[in-house]
Amino acid sequence: MTTQAEMQIAPSAHAHAERKWWHYFTFCEDHKVIGLQYLVTAFFFYAIGGALATAIRTELATPASDFVTPDTYNSLLTLHGTIMIFLWIIPAGAGLANYLIPLMIGARDMAFPKMNAMAFWMVPPSGIALVLSFFLESPQAGWTSYPPLSLMTGKVGEGIWIFSLLVAGTSSILGAINFLVTILKMRVPSMTIHQMPLFCWSMLATAGLILVGTPVLAGALILLAFDLLAGTSFFNPTGGGDPIVYQHMFWFYSHPAVYIMVLPLFGAISEILPVHARKPIFGYKAIAYSSLVISFLGLIVWAHHMFTSGTPAWLRMFFMITTMIIAVPTGIKVFGWLATIWGGKISFNSAMLFAMGFIAVFVIGGITGVMLAAVPFDIHVHDTYFVVAHLHYVLFGGSVFGIYAAIYHWFPKMTGRMVNETLGQIHFVLTFIGMNLTFMPMHELGLLGMNRRIAFYDARFTTLNQVATVGAYILAVSTVPFLINAVWSWVKGAKAVDNPWNALTLEWQTSSPPAIENFEVLPVLMTGPYDYGEHHSENGALPPSAEPVLTGSSSGS
Amino acid sequence: MQGTVDPNKAALNYHNEEVVAPAHEEHPDLRLFGLLVFLGAESMIFLGLFVAYLTFRAVYPSWPPEGTPERELVLPAINTVILIASSFIIHNADTAIKKNDVKGLRTWFSITAIMGAVFLMGQLYEYSKLEFGLTTNLYASTFYVLTGFHGLHVFLGVCLILAVLWRAQKAGHYSDHDHFGVEAAELYWHFVDVVWIVLFILLYLL
Repeated sequence: MTTQAEMQIAPSAHAHAERKWWHYFTFCEDHKVIGLQYLVTAFFFYAIGGALATAIRTELATPASDFVTPDTYNSLLTLHGTIMIFLWIIPAGAGLANYLIPLMIGARDMAFPKMNAMAFWMVPPSGIALVLSFFLESPQAGWTSYPPLSLMTGKVGEGIWIFSLLVAGTSSILGAINFLVTILKMRVPSMTIHQMPLFCWSMLATAGLILVGTPVLAGALILLAFDLLAGTSFFNPTGGGDPIVYQHMFWFYSHPAVYIMVLPLFGAISEILPVHARKPIFGYKAIAYSSLVISFLGLIVWAHHMFTSGTPAWLRMFFMITTMIIAVPTGIKVFGWLATIWGGKISFNSAMLFAMGFIAVFVIGGITGVMLAAVPFDIHVHDTYFVVAHLHYVLFGGSVFGIYAAIYHWFPKMTGRMVNETLGQIHFVLTFIGMNLTFMPMHELGLLGMNRRIAFYDARFTTLNQVATVGAYILAVSTVPFLINAVWSWVKGAKAVDNPWNALTLEWQTSSPPAIENFEVLPVLMTGPYDYGEHHSENGALPPSAEPVLTGSSSGS
Repeated sequence: MQGTVDPNKAALNYHNEEVVAPAHEEHPDLRLFGLLVFLGAESMIFLGLFVAYLTFRAVYPSWPPEGTPERELVLPAINTVILIASSFIIHNADTAIKKNDVKGLRTWFSITAIMGAVFLMGQLYEYSKLEFGLTTNLYASTFYVLTGFHGLHVFLGVCLILAVLWRAQKAGHYSDHDHFGVEAAELYWHFVDVVWIVLFILLYLL
């Protein structure tokens, strides 16, 4: 049926139409354009968030508050946190999902392309409003924005913060509807749910979390906005309100948000490792289902952020246990990945370096996560730099390493050009060293009792803070080779063939970059997504005698 | 054009000035499924607000707080009956359009829109008669914000119904096999109705 229809349309103008550069600046409904729009926009905000982080570390190079005023410092940390979470990692994950899901499942686009474009175009106004607030009256209550603090630090800044988050949250929900419906309903007919690439499984889990969690955050923000602007007192104790209710509603979203930020990259890592180790993924179903388990458990652990908020003992116990259980599905994934690369024919290219770096660093964040789940330990280090260290190992070591791995891996597909490996490896080494140098000392600082979110500190913490600051500068520098590489390779890099990694998932079976409608003829699955080295020639690609994975469009290989 | 969503059409239109391009990849209409997912997410906002309300209620020493003026129950009860009845009324439109009866669709949708408008006016009338304002106390705030947020959804539902009525003026826009707009408006209306039933129990009966 499809083939026939295809034949009719093929001669018309669209078949050979090409993307022009200015399409990327318009309300375009092509999922590949939207995916790149998300990624580039997110990276732009990452650069801003990174500049803020560098300013924070500069301030913390000395115990006194000398680089910026304490008020400015509060604004810096608030905007840094909010931007990195809502405008960098979450949109970057959405960008990868937009680009990859339809290609991976053999669809021509997402289920609702117009809504998809709408979702993207909500991100820039949200981000710009937030960044501009810095020059107007910036929010100062941290990315958690707990009342009553958030009700006392200025209406304009806090109002802009709420507006930005509501817009970004709406965007996230609209995106998630698209991911869910597309993955469930638009797979090419020959692909059962258990032949779907693991990235799609992880996006299914992510979309579920977004759909359940984000609306509750919206509810909390609406009530907070009333408190702030209309004088109600839902969360304001002086008017009889209860700030703890805000904390519950906030963390009901914001803990799952951690998984919203890391699950897409779990998926990406599950794609990247088998390709560059030339081995089948170890435990496909275990990795696939563990994503869903993480989603479910992720929704019932939120009060571990509130062990010191007067949470009753029995409730603490419940949340401590559920939190620790999350280590099980996560551990299943980690061991699955290790078993995948074990004995593999590993190519140490930039994508693989970042993917393996991801495992190494993320595991540290995972272990400190289990430590923090223990109530007595958590009470000791609550609101200290130990928490900062933990979350950066998860979100930088996990999410950001994962995003870089994904960019290096899919760059040839997205742009039709290869990246420069030397620059990529320099980028990896600098990032890896910078990351550990910045955040490792924070564990000790936290254990010694250094509070977070304060512009000055006790002089005995100076040395470790200076180490962290040097690390932060290395991290700042590390983005330079990446940017040069990305821009230069995109314009002048060596042309990429359709399937430079000899990968088996469907996105590699079409041209690089893919045609506007992805596939000339809808692909028919001939192998599983990770059947490397199983019944094929040694490089993992299909033997010449076998039927091609695609009939028609795959030109290069 | 209403029947099937074709994700490719959009991409096509982008390059082809012609709006009508042959739909070359037919997949089932996913819009209803998408709307259901959306309503699932939407209900999470209400669920969050309901649980917040119940928590405030449980934590507060007395509920409603002492000195809060009484509310009457008759008007909201009438309003509730109107809204529940409208859910049955709007379903007739669905039956009608499945028989290709556009006139019936228009009649039933018009009646539903009027009932929705009456509900909203009843709500506003109740607000005007109440002796407490938004910021009187926590009880008053939750009352206004919850009913107001729901009222906003009723308003949007009425707008959806009016939009369908507007489109239904054109002959052939909706037919027995092609009426997603009708189904969407109806589904949304039922959602708004169910939310109200929960809200009514929470705010007025408990």
